Amino acid sequence: MLRTAWLIARKDLRGEVRSRGVTNQVLPFAGVTMIIFGFALDANTDVLELVAPGLVWLATMFSLLLLVQRTFDVESADGALDAMRVAGGDARASFLGMAIGRAVQRFVPESLLLLAAVVLYAETIPLDGAVLLVTTLISATCGLTAVGTLYGGLAAGSKGRETLLPLLTLPAVAPVLIGATRAVESALGTGTATSSDGWQWVGLLTVFAVAFGVGGALAFGPLIDE
Amino acid sequence: MLALFEDAGYIVGSYVITFAAIGGLAWRLISSGRKLGKQIPDDDKYWT
Amino acid sequence: MTTLDPADTSSNDAGDDLVAEARRTPATKATRTIGILTAVAMAFTLLWAFVFTGPDVNQGESVRLMLIHLPTIWVAYLSFTVTALASGTYLFTKKHSLGWDRLAGASAEVGVIFVGLTLIVGALWGRLTWGVFWQWDARLTTTALLFVTYIGYLAVRRLDGSHHQRAKRSGVIGLIAVLLIPLVHWSVRIWRSLHQEATILDTDLDADIDGILLTGVLVGVIAFSLLYVWLVLHRTRVMAMEDLLDDRGLDLALAERRAEAGTAARPTGEDA
Repeated sequence: MLRTAWLIARKDLRGEVRSRGVTNQVLPFAGVTMIIFGFALDANTDVLELVAPGLVWLATMFSLLLLVQRTFDVESADGALDAMRVAGGDARASFLGMAIGRAVQRFVPESLLLLAAVVLYAETIPLDGAVLLVTTLISATCGLTAVGTLYGGLAAGSKGRETLLPLLTLPAVAPVLIGATRAVESALGTGTATSSDGWQWVGLLTVFAVAFGVGGALAFGPLIDE
Repeated sequence: MLALFEDAGYIVGSYVITFAAIGGLAWRLISSGRKLGKQIPDDDKYWT
Repeated sequence: MTTLDPADTSSNDAGDDLVAEARRTPATKATRTIGILTAVAMAFTLLWAFVFTGPDVNQGESVRLMLIHLPTIWVAYLSFTVTALASGTYLFTKKHSLGWDRLAGASAEVGVIFVGLTLIVGALWGRLTWGVFWQWDARLTTTALLFVTYIGYLAVRRLDGSHHQRAKRSGVIGLIAVLLIPLVHWSVRIWRSLHQEATILDTDLDADIDGILLTGVLVGVIAFSLLYVWLVLHRTRVMAMEDLLDDRGLDLALAERRAEAGTAARPTGEDA
């Protein structure tokens, strides 16, 4: 099953490389969002430095919605069915494959966003902070894409999904927003967070990712099976 | 003294809002139940 | 909500029997009994709130709000738990009976209303005690999250599709969203915060609350629980009728289309 999931992920990624949707649309969107935040918050560097981690993850969440909608639109139910056929009917594999494909696609924009925030607002990152950052990135991204894939599949092919998806997804990923922001804060040393707090938050993020990963895989079958 | 009355406003207001909401909900349920009940033969109603 | 033309059912004397048949409302002896008990219990709650309970040393008169604030969130927890259980039963039993789906939906509707009420009364109470309507502390934030999440659940139920699609989609959400309840309840412990810690459902079994007030809260909980049962019973029955009408509407539309196709096959010479 894992091998099938990997096949599907590769198919997703190959399609992405060909269409360059991430670089052409999602990345610019994330970038624009960061800039707009600067405008809204009056571009006062002190304030921005404090809230930078939060802003990074907010921009990530919004572009996640874009990504999920785009993928499920482009593919539509046919795409999900395609994935099912590749998987030989194993819905769990197709869920995992899609989620992994998306997660990998998300690493690039997210890393760039984080890098931008770090470069612009923070001074130095201690070594264990860097490790914490990377771990946060991975665990948070996995959680986000698991939720996005599950809810995207749930709403796929139905009218009104454009408005439904944000309404469903944003509350569901709120824990990731909290955890990831706090973890990045402690990695960068902003605010009063310490490194050990950060690792606790990463723990929470991992639990979240695993829970939605497993739950999503189990639920995917009945959902696209219409 | 005035402070007491202000407090009372919030407290009584809360109760009023709560029971008004409940009453409204109950009312809408009963009236839609009656309206729909006329349109469906009793045999199809699982509680009869 | 689709409706049938009532004229269809009774246009002659023989049809009167049909109309007389279709008179029963969702009220039954059970719901009437529960309804009366609810009203009595509510009356007792009000009695407790305004007569028996005296002002609190710290909170003053506003402590009377506890007699509705706690019961409303309790009913919300109850509703969402029932939604999750019903969702699970629908999804994991072979029969996939839509009755469970309707129970889940009705319960969630009631739950959303009661979380809303909890937030409103809580805001008013907060204005009294803390001076502000809202605080971004753990308990309030997670409760608001609970509210929005179940609004999403209700939105999913309104997506177009068959009844079974509705049941499957909302079933998944119902099972996931219920995990927020422990989060809300223990958020106060996880993040030491402004809101009072749990008094009655405190797992340390160390209820730190005045006797009369405690009794009043329990009376309130009983009253609101009975109300919950009454509301859900009525709502599920109304939903069953709505679903039936939906199906009928579909059948009628199909029949009409077949009839049209039948007449269209015959050539008409009217516009010659």
